[in-house]
Amino acid sequence: MSEATAHAATHQHTAPTGFFRKYVFSVDHKVIGLQYYGLGLFAVIIGMILSWLMRLHLGWSTLAIPGLEKLSPVGAPGNVMTPEYYLSLMTMHGTIMVFFVLTNVPFAGFGNYFLPIQVGAADMAFPRMNMMSFWVTLSAFLVLMAAFFVSGGPPLSGWTAYAPLSAIGQDAGPGQGLGQTLWAVSIAIFCVAQLLGALNFIATTLDLRTRGMSLARMPLSTWAWFITSVIGLMAFAVLLPACILLFLDRVAGTSFFVPSGLVVSDRLQPHTGGSPLLWQHLFWFFGHPEVYIAILPAIGIVSHILPAFMRKPMLGTRVLIGCMAAIGFLSYMVWGHHMFVSGMNPFSAILFSVPTLVITIPATIATLLWIGSVYGARLRITTASLFCLGFVSVFISGGISGFFLAQPSIDTYLHATYFVVAHFHFVMGVAAIFGMFAGTYFWMPKMIGRMMNESLGKLHFWITFVGVYCIFMPMHYLGLAGNVRRYAAFTDDFLVPLIPVHQFITIAALVTGAAQLIFLFNLVWTRFRGPKASDNPWQATSLEWSTTSPPPFDNFGGKQLVVHNEAYLYGVQGASGDYVMQTSPETVAQD
Amino acid sequence: MEFTAGHGHAGLMEESPYGIPSGKLAIWCFVLSDAVTFAAVLFAYGYLRVGSPDWSTPFSFSPSILNGIVMTFVLLTSGLTMLAAVEAAKAGRTSAGTRWLWATCALGALFAVLHLLEWRRMIEEGWRLFQNPTGGAVQFGAAFFSVTGLHLLHVVGGVVALLIMALGFPSGKYNRTDIEVTGIYWHFVDLVWMFVFPLMYLMNAK
Repeated sequence: MSEATAHAATHQHTAPTGFFRKYVFSVDHKVIGLQYYGLGLFAVIIGMILSWLMRLHLGWSTLAIPGLEKLSPVGAPGNVMTPEYYLSLMTMHGTIMVFFVLTNVPFAGFGNYFLPIQVGAADMAFPRMNMMSFWVTLSAFLVLMAAFFVSGGPPLSGWTAYAPLSAIGQDAGPGQGLGQTLWAVSIAIFCVAQLLGALNFIATTLDLRTRGMSLARMPLSTWAWFITSVIGLMAFAVLLPACILLFLDRVAGTSFFVPSGLVVSDRLQPHTGGSPLLWQHLFWFFGHPEVYIAILPAIGIVSHILPAFMRKPMLGTRVLIGCMAAIGFLSYMVWGHHMFVSGMNPFSAILFSVPTLVITIPATIATLLWIGSVYGARLRITTASLFCLGFVSVFISGGISGFFLAQPSIDTYLHATYFVVAHFHFVMGVAAIFGMFAGTYFWMPKMIGRMMNESLGKLHFWITFVGVYCIFMPMHYLGLAGNVRRYAAFTDDFLVPLIPVHQFITIAALVTGAAQLIFLFNLVWTRFRGPKASDNPWQATSLEWSTTSPPPFDNFGGKQLVVHNEAYLYGVQGASGDYVMQTSPETVAQD
Repeated sequence: MEFTAGHGHAGLMEESPYGIPSGKLAIWCFVLSDAVTFAAVLFAYGYLRVGSPDWSTPFSFSPSILNGIVMTFVLLTSGLTMLAAVEAAKAGRTSAGTRWLWATCALGALFAVLHLLEWRRMIEEGWRLFQNPTGGAVQFGAAFFSVTGLHLLHVVGGVVALLIMALGFPSGKYNRTDIEVTGIYWHFVDLVWMFVFPLMYLMNAK
């Protein structure tokens, strides 16, 4: 932990030998990044399967799904999902996706791999702590997965785990015994891992930049990871005590979140004097910055990739940095917009609505910068650039519904309907995932030294792009029609006519899900059959392209790079070629 | 002599905007994060206290507040000894630094012992996380034991860290920067107590 040993670790790396040191207990940020990516890939497959199970039940609520009874005899007798088990699957879907996919891959995965390289460092500032962060994250994942297999099964309170449902224990329903406790423990462990990761990212960005890599010259992806880690440092710090207090309510008999006189399952709960609203405040004070933690790396990645294919820089690189910072800062002021109908003083809604609308400004500026930059550029179409364009499209689609939900008057009607489900799936479930796909297709050649198959990639993109619109666009209509969310089946008179829409969505979801097999196949194909990648297959400027594909153990082969240029010198007047790399001694007039 | 992030590779790396070694930057970031954690727990305490119609204020001057004053004095003194340890370390006076580290460690351990004795006394009177022997809000016990418990956990962690430092500093296993990093953490723990004592003890005095 001393400065001397940290220094030694980063500058006197000797390559590890032995399988375990190289691939399992590695302190190399690249291996750790791939480990996070692999964990995220595994998690997203599970999360997607859960969503298929949910969607099948929503379209056909009496459907017997083969094998389901094996997974949970109580939850799916005769292979037909009970409403409680639907909620359990929904809870695990949300928890796995938000934490182990969206917080994991764009930030811990790509960030770990590329942040040190993009700033010209040999590794992260604290390589051993980095390794520990991954294994702590994996432990959290395993604790969460255990909830599937304990008696009672996984919790059913949603990824938001609202009290008092989440706090009172077994009486609240199946899964609310050990399952919910495991959830609280898992997420608390996850918070610790994220905090350690954030420390590493911040220290590396500020302290380990190579000569010439001023903060202003850092790529947009690095800026995004840096801002995300600052947000995360303070956001996860609130979720951790929240989960601890929830844990105490559940096992130690405290009443932080449970009021008196609650009768559940015909039993008077022993708690007194707690406040369910307290949980909401604590959770959403974390929860809102969390969704920006999920999207900001994708914003950075897309903004980093597009210039390489436009062969010109973004219209306003520094403005984009400012937008990301503004979004990060404002994200702490809006948590109450999740609580407009919670019973808080209605005037407080204005206090949260205004900053929420303000936060749309930097998001809109960023969007206009992407559109304005691509307009008039001869964008080279590759899978990576397609996913970037797709990102912009779904970010707009998802963002616009945010404008509506930000207003308490409208939200009173739309809260807890499919309108909200559409909103957050577009921005998180699609836009952030598209950012991950763009990053994968762009950076895979660098990470494993082989080019991905472009035909398969484009097929993957088009089916997915059309598919997600088929899945999530109709949900806006459903929400406006009053379709309540978190219902396992629709039996009310006004909901029954909407079931065909749900069935359409389910079929779209299954087709889109199947299309992801193309991506998985492509990953495997690339690993074994992909054509070898050169150092700089995209003719890009940032530091990751100044080294081999894949990079050597210490990233740059012992060389200490010197950076002469800003990050996106594409198509610059006076340059000898179409682009000037950051390490190139050739400098051109830079504003 | 202060290490900067770029030292040892003079001119080969960019200067850190904060000009301090990575270990110090990291502990400052950790302190920021931990401060937010304590803020969240204290917010929960305040929220429940304000919302509670029958909040207890059970602490009489003797023994509770008096004990709290002694604990505060012990912790503040340990802050002074920590400062002395850091100054000695920076000046290269290893054995003096080690002695001051041991003093800080001992004072921290004393704080923990006094705290646990107080807990034992309260538990004997019937206080629990879920129980209030005076008949008032049970949230008092929940808030009191969680807030002070979280702080005590940090104190014990600090005592362990100080022990490791005191053992490793003489042989050079840890250097002056490590002592400084430990010092930053220890001062933070002290600072948190300066919030916990007024909010948890003085505000709940009879």
